[in-house]
Amino acid sequence: MGFFFQELVNGIVVGALYSLIALGFSMVYGVLKLLNFAHGDLYMVGAFAGYFVIQWFGGSKALTIPVPLLLVIMFVLAAALTGGLGVAIERFAYRPLRNAPRIAPLITAIGISFFLENAALLLFGGQFRIYNTSDFIPFSSGFQIGSVSVDAVQIMVVVLGIALMIALQQLVVRTKLGKQMPAVAADREAAEMLGINVNFTIAATFFLGSALAGVAGVMAGLLFNQVTNTIGFLAGLKAFTAAVVGGIGSLPGAMLGGLLIGMAESFITGYVSSTFTNLLVFGLLIAVMLVRPSGLLGQVQLQKV
Amino acid sequence: MSLDPQPKAAGPQVGADEWVARQEDRREYLPSWLGSAQRAGERIGWWPRLAVAAVAGLLLPVIGLGGFQLQVGIDALVIAVLAVGLNIVVGWAGLLDLGYVAFFGFGAYGFALLSSSQIGKAGIHLPALLSVPIVMIGAAILGLIVGWPSRRLIGDYLAIVTLFFGEAFVEFTNNVAPKTLGGPNGIISIDPIRSFGYQFTSNESYYYLLVVVLVLTMAVLRLLDTSRTGRAWRAVREDPLAAAAMTIPVNRLKLMAFAFGAMVAALAGTIFAAQQISVFPTNFDTPILILVYAGLILGGAGSIAGAATGALVVMVIYDGLLRSPTDSGYLFYGLILLTLLVKLRPWRRLGLVLAATAAFGFAAHAIAGAISSSAVAGRPASAGWIGSALRDWVIVPANPQIAGNWGFVLLVCMLIALVQMKSWWRTILLVPTLYLACFVWETRLAAEPSITRQLMIGAILIVMMNARPQGLLGERRVEALT
Repeated sequence: MGFFFQELVNGIVVGALYSLIALGFSMVYGVLKLLNFAHGDLYMVGAFAGYFVIQWFGGSKALTIPVPLLLVIMFVLAAALTGGLGVAIERFAYRPLRNAPRIAPLITAIGISFFLENAALLLFGGQFRIYNTSDFIPFSSGFQIGSVSVDAVQIMVVVLGIALMIALQQLVVRTKLGKQMPAVAADREAAEMLGINVNFTIAATFFLGSALAGVAGVMAGLLFNQVTNTIGFLAGLKAFTAAVVGGIGSLPGAMLGGLLIGMAESFITGYVSSTFTNLLVFGLLIAVMLVRPSGLLGQVQLQKV
Repeated sequence: MSLDPQPKAAGPQVGADEWVARQEDRREYLPSWLGSAQRAGERIGWWPRLAVAAVAGLLLPVIGLGGFQLQVGIDALVIAVLAVGLNIVVGWAGLLDLGYVAFFGFGAYGFALLSSSQIGKAGIHLPALLSVPIVMIGAAILGLIVGWPSRRLIGDYLAIVTLFFGEAFVEFTNNVAPKTLGGPNGIISIDPIRSFGYQFTSNESYYYLLVVVLVLTMAVLRLLDTSRTGRAWRAVREDPLAAAAMTIPVNRLKLMAFAFGAMVAALAGTIFAAQQISVFPTNFDTPILILVYAGLILGGAGSIAGAATGALVVMVIYDGLLRSPTDSGYLFYGLILLTLLVKLRPWRRLGLVLAATAAFGFAAHAIAGAISSSAVAGRPASAGWIGSALRDWVIVPANPQIAGNWGFVLLVCMLIALVQMKSWWRTILLVPTLYLACFVWETRLAAEPSITRQLMIGAILIVMMNARPQGLLGERRVEALT
């Protein structure tokens, strides 16, 4: 049973990570009906930002500032950077295409994803950058129940992930901006006539979604230690799967989907084989799409004439 | 939203829909003499143009294309066949198929299995005249299976399913049945194509074969384009709902587009496998997909000639010119000059910008050199006379990497700012941007051609979609109704 619970813990941790990426992805889709393929690459940028913060403050072995402060700086800086990048991408690449055929922004998104991935290769090189998390957050700082061990980084990832999800949920339900989002999603022109600043709402959505991806990137760096320019693609695909399985455009769906994908991945790796993980996860997606195209928590969309 | 200026017909004609009859008048042509050339080209008709292109293509090896250039030509032709096939799905039917390369891979792997010692003890060694059609039909059936869910899926969901199909294909070939499919090591020693007593072994023979295959595919697709099915595809692309209301079987047409696209991709795959003598899972990964898309988008989705030309141009730059330091320099500076020539009017402004950029460069070089001698200690990465000509103009620090990286980030920001600027501000900002572009090129991009070419592919997709979504050769109609 110990093995089962260990896999469960791992699944929840990775699931929280996927949920965060999927949330941003789903938010953007909800407002703009655009599959932002560049989302995974923002996650990669966030992971790099975290790495360079560690380097600026003396490297993992000789930190010049206390660890909690370092973590705060990492998360805030990564979120600000990726959020800003997301807004810039929306402003300069997607906004001119808002009234273009649906296929145009999708292809642009693919181009941006490819561009970001290779720009990172040019700027940072192709080698793995190592966070060395265990140097400043030792493995022993977690706790152990029986044979199941949970380290401090894992706890932090789950707690921060849940906190951000609750904050986002509150933002969507309680603030003016949150109420404007579904309005813009439902009918952009009508929203504009009612005095909603559509451009601002969309930019804010991009900022929030991209910032979540940046935070997830730092988390991934802390968890998996390795950062390189290609991590965005696969993480983007997984988050994509999570968003679609949960019902794209639905925020609780994205969280649920992320958790499901994380657990599925963890259990498949643990009980079946690690070579088939990706294949089975993709298979799961295709199966869900066939049985329930709108996802688990998504609403069935009726086509209006 | 400009209505076309003069209605041609005197009045409504009986039996002819006025809007349909005036469809041709709504074509958008290039400005000035380019437009006249375009009209003249159209009067010639499609098949003489295709024939001229084919003869030119066939003559290239005769006038001395060989070795490395021939390999570039072969790769370019394979991608061109793929782009022409993708045009059916994306350009005509308007379905975003992100798993297209999987069909290419299916063709290659199918051919590899049927013409090697991989299955059974002795292996299957079918003649190409048998194995190629089998593989193509198999791919068409696979296309139907993949397209099947698309009947229910609206819009973007299709992109998702196909994207995952493409990824699943790579995972599948990497991990499943390593004895037969070879895993990451792929399948090696594939038979060459044998037919009519001739064996295609040399690169020349594959080049000729590919030119013929590309031309035939284009001709067949041209006929398909103007057929009932082709017109129905366009109707589905523009408005599926309206098409369904006009009793067009939307779902069947979507599936057909998938199947036709898959067949063309598989055909390209078989020749690719035979020419390479080997197939590996990495041959069919996302970068190839993006390459094919870049070709299609550059040339113009919806136009056969555009798809083929775009793919050839992209591949010759990607695979050929950017590999050599001298050619890439010509390409880079040539493209900059060409863009300025086309975009910057009047001539006075162009001359002013060029002179200002030159002066700016010398001034910047002198100032940087006065501050620190190591700031100008490096050599430009361009080879040949370009490199030596730029030596006292462009700043290349002793350690160009870090400065070049910051320059790259700044360049992207400045390009974005440039797009936002208006009139004279734009012209003024153009000067430092141009200089910065040359700086980044000489310090970083020319030194890393393998990254530069990937960046170029991404940039093509972004810039084309924003600046000219119909592509270089695609046609755009100015529609009065929206």
